[in-house]
Amino acid sequence: MSVYRDIARNGLWKQNAILAQLLGLCPLLAVSTNFVSAVSLGLATILVMMLANLAISALRAFIPYEIRIPVFILIIAALVTIVDLLFNAFLHDLYLVLGIFIPLIVTNCIVLARVEAFAAKNGLRASTLDGLMMGVGFIWVIALLGAVREIIGQGTLFAGIEMIVPSLSGIQVLPADYPGFLIAILPPGAFFVLGLLIAGRNWLDHRANERLRLQRQQMPPVAESAPA
Amino acid sequence: MSMDLTAARERLSWQGVSLGVMAMVASAALVIANDRTREPIAKAEAADMQASLSQVLPDGFADNDLLKDTVELSEADGSKKLIYRARKAGVVNGAVFRTSARGYAGEIIVLVGVDAQGTLLGARVVKHSETPGLGDKIEIAKAKWILDFNGKSFDNLPPAKWAVKKDGGVFDQFAGATITPRAVVKAVKGGLEFFSANRAKILDGSAS
Repeated sequence: MSVYRDIARNGLWKQNAILAQLLGLCPLLAVSTNFVSAVSLGLATILVMMLANLAISALRAFIPYEIRIPVFILIIAALVTIVDLLFNAFLHDLYLVLGIFIPLIVTNCIVLARVEAFAAKNGLRASTLDGLMMGVGFIWVIALLGAVREIIGQGTLFAGIEMIVPSLSGIQVLPADYPGFLIAILPPGAFFVLGLLIAGRNWLDHRANERLRLQRQQMPPVAESAPA
Repeated sequence: MSMDLTAARERLSWQGVSLGVMAMVASAALVIANDRTREPIAKAEAADMQASLSQVLPDGFADNDLLKDTVELSEADGSKKLIYRARKAGVVNGAVFRTSARGYAGEIIVLVGVDAQGTLLGARVVKHSETPGLGDKIEIAKAKWILDFNGKSFDNLPPAKWAVKKDGGVFDQFAGATITPRAVVKAVKGGLEFFSANRAKILDGSAS
């Protein structure tokens, strides 16, 4: 069980694709201008990562080591194309908004990185879970980024949610005459907010480590007898 | 079985064959997905186009299905343009088509509706990548600016006046963004020029 817990913890925090590994920044920065597009792209990415990890874990015994990368890319590209078709068919409004970024999931290096580093070496269940957890790690960061940029940039939150759930509508967080803060919507704003998120993660980690170190200092015999 | 597999993997041909098999499986999956989604996609795109068409034509202007009544004409530069013809009781009384111009950040595509006399019934930007917050006031969702085109034609506004105010025309520019509205005006004007050059062909009621 602890294996699965480690996979979850790695995906969500410790090895978080964005905050720790800084992978897949192109879609992250381009699509996080508002919450709804950010979450939608995140969901598409989760779907692709789970399916890709599952497919490659299942086929790993048959894939020759020397040509594994072309095979991985072939499988990922096929999966992304299928997801692209599904979005176009059943979530058409959203498809128009996300546009080029669904096909671009192919080039999102998180997908290839997890396939190569994890699914090619691990079993079906662990690989699918890893895809899911890495995807969830991606979506919570991109959703947070999208929400912050939308509130600062436009003063709204969940704008455009009626494209996914027709009965809901976006809310005006800041006063209606809020002029908007353009830079939050533009690419530099994405870098600023992402930088703050990474700094926040480092600060939390640092604080946790510091606390652990103090605890060990207070109880030297236990710390020494415990394996590193 | 596992011994066989290990031995087979040693051979060079294993690489080619397995890559081929994977490619076939991937292609089969794509064929199935494409087949299953073709109809919903066509339906969604038609609904999309229908929604845009009804935005540039007044309610009740046409009683035909514009999506099925199209004619393809070549532009001055040789490229093809698809014209949707609006009819009332069988007579062509207007047309809807796309026109475009280069904006600040790439192509701006405008859908225009024109009546038989060459008067603009409506214009909508259907695709652009202008700066959010500055250039995107050309979208109907952001500002009413695009409605200024309604009712204008070369008869009531000479071609020289089809420009933003800064260039001596009648259309407003936006604070901080002149290139974008200038491009939209150019696109709409080009559309009207195209219409007057091809008026006879567009209004010819015979089925294409």
